[in-house]
Amino acid sequence: MKRSGSMKRIVALVAAGLTALAMTSCGSADPLGGGGTDGAVVIGSADFPESELLMEIYAEALRQAGVEVATRPRLGTREITNTALQDGSITVMPEYSGNLLRSFDPDATVTAPDEVYAALQQVVPAGLEVLEQSTAEDSDVLVVTQQTAQSLGLSSMDQLEPLCGQLTLGAAGEWPGRWKDKIAQLYGCTFRQILSTDVAGPVALEALRSGRAQVVNLNTTSPDIAANGWVELADPRNMYPSQRILPLVRSGTLNQAGVDALNEVSAALTTEQLTELNRRIIEDRAAPVDLAKEFLG
Amino acid sequence: MTPMVDDIGRYLSSPSNREKVFELLGEHVVLAVLPLLIGLVAAVPLGWAAQRVRWLRAPVLGSASVLYTVPSLALFVIMPSILGTRILDGANVVVALALYTVALLLRPVVDALDALPGHVVAAATAMGYRPARRFVAVELPMAVPVLAASVRVASASNISLVSVGAFIGIGGLGQLFTEGFQTRYLAPIVIGILLTLLLALAMDLLLVGLRRAATPWARAGLRAGARA
Amino acid sequence: MIFSQVLAWLADSAHWRGPGGVPVRVVEHLYYTVVTVLVAAGIAVPLGLVVGHTGRGGVVLVGLANAMRALPTLGLLTFLFLLLRSQGTSTLLALIVLAVPPVLAGSYAGVQSVERDVVDAARGMGLTSAQRLWQVELPGALPLLLGGVRSATLQVVATTTVAAYIGLGGLGRLLLDGLRSGDYPQMVAGALLTALLALLLDLLLAGLARLVVPTGVRLSAAGAGESSRRRGRGPGSEGVGL
Repeated sequence: MKRSGSMKRIVALVAAGLTALAMTSCGSADPLGGGGTDGAVVIGSADFPESELLMEIYAEALRQAGVEVATRPRLGTREITNTALQDGSITVMPEYSGNLLRSFDPDATVTAPDEVYAALQQVVPAGLEVLEQSTAEDSDVLVVTQQTAQSLGLSSMDQLEPLCGQLTLGAAGEWPGRWKDKIAQLYGCTFRQILSTDVAGPVALEALRSGRAQVVNLNTTSPDIAANGWVELADPRNMYPSQRILPLVRSGTLNQAGVDALNEVSAALTTEQLTELNRRIIEDRAAPVDLAKEFLG
Repeated sequence: MTPMVDDIGRYLSSPSNREKVFELLGEHVVLAVLPLLIGLVAAVPLGWAAQRVRWLRAPVLGSASVLYTVPSLALFVIMPSILGTRILDGANVVVALALYTVALLLRPVVDALDALPGHVVAAATAMGYRPARRFVAVELPMAVPVLAASVRVASASNISLVSVGAFIGIGGLGQLFTEGFQTRYLAPIVIGILLTLLLALAMDLLLVGLRRAATPWARAGLRAGARA
Repeated sequence: MIFSQVLAWLADSAHWRGPGGVPVRVVEHLYYTVVTVLVAAGIAVPLGLVVGHTGRGGVVLVGLANAMRALPTLGLLTFLFLLLRSQGTSTLLALIVLAVPPVLAGSYAGVQSVERDVVDAARGMGLTSAQRLWQVELPGALPLLLGGVRSATLQVVATTTVAAYIGLGGLGRLLLDGLRSGDYPQMVAGALLTALLALLLDLLLAGLARLVVPTGVRLSAAGAGESSRRRGRGPGSEGVGL
């Protein structure tokens, strides 16, 4: 008597379980999962506007070269994008030489552009490769307001040592872990306080504007530096490594036409142009995909 | 107010933006609804077991509370190591949210089963209903009103939590928030919030409709019916 | 394997010192949680009690609570920051919106759960409306009300981590910075500590409930709970069941 009752129950539970499983794998085959394993070119981007812009520029260049591409914007951090490249979910990623080097070799100490590129080619994992690097660069930079620069006579990180004790720095949450010791070592600077902001976004800008921080870590292609008349501090001792822009690709997924197209883009791109494009995203609300088409003509 | 409306209009006037919003909305729907279904399907047998078996009750309900305290972002990122999925797989978000749904629904299932009027269950047994059929035909339908309230809460909660997946690139409408924030553009953020609310409302209405359909006796009753 | 790395991270005393150390982060996190729950309770408890007591507007209230639950916290955070330019205020406002629904639902459901007979008896004894609310319905509502507060606290502790996105401190910093720099042990440690904090606060509130809820109410809520449940509680309920 009980047997048929429990049989029904078991069948129902198994059916439910299978449905759940089927639904999960359905979900992953969908727009949610990635392509890439069937030979299609998939370009990813990190989750900030400039990376999305570079992704669209690469995409447009490849399309003009007759390569079929899909884009997967805003994937997240480098951990995620590197993993995605290695498991084939994406096949091309616009990258920054210095940070990319560090993600493969955390102990790397080289900072000059060509040294960084050479070291990168050595440590890139099997199955991935870097194409030619652009002269366009987007690296970290410490920024102060006009008033601060004038009143303290600040124009270079060299001059920070006697001043740091009274200065508050606004930087992203990862900054202290990475640079606090380095800046003390290289420039003898220990800030009075470090406020955690976002990564060169509205929080950082607001911190500098409001005066809560006198020094802020931004990016060299931030359009807001010029727009506000802010001063970038020079880095003569090369604390911040070179961050040339280059494509990181999964080996064997791009034909020669594709590789040539991307190398052409890298050759054509300059830091000034990139800054201007960033400005248009923020001030003119231009969409990255439209800017890419314009840039490549 | 009007500059905001203008801004939203301007944002939506670009076809690539419209396409993006539409795609993200679709992604959001799948990411929110799938876990709800899976979570519900998983919570019912688990809750049933916890309610029946004395010694299972405390550990099962306890683990549910603990699970709910784990921040969603952490759960999303750990999923690949647990599931063996690829990092960009939507399944990571789906399973994590399904776990949250189960955690949310376990106690209501147990409570609902606890609250079943003993005399009705006894009558069903006396009429010859075997345990499994009784569960499906009598106990579960009577639990629906109480459960429905919690499922509505879980639905709203999931729809809101999906956005956090934006940090790992699978955030549905959440992507509009990070994008709008970084470019200091309110329009995509407002669109994202409004669409999230609309989606929640639509789901809520759907669930209320389903509950009404599943409990015809409540409508026929003299009281104003289930308030939940 | 990852857990031994996490334990190593936690055992490293360097992580417990300085402005970025665990104690500071916990205090920051606690600050936002406590302020949020207090303000949310200050808004939601009176509202829920009054609406439950008068019996009018219940449907609107439940609908409002559900609508607020659907507001995405990340969306609110980013929206508010761009508008208000203040990390602290944006975070508190967004978290309060998150915390109000469970407390509101708990308060409302709590008042509704008091046996009609008891309220009628009180009316019969000559207690005024306000006296009924304060002396009879409020104590009776306490189990579900406090359940709503516990639920709100859990959600706030978990969601404060999201505010790290706009540069806020708290345990979310460990999570987000760990994610951004690929430091998984730090990330998991952050998640673990957040969960622990939530559990500690929950235990604290459970203890508080024991102290505050009159014994008679506690026993009757535990024993005769069926009648209130059959009446179909609102979306709020105790503990994590929400």
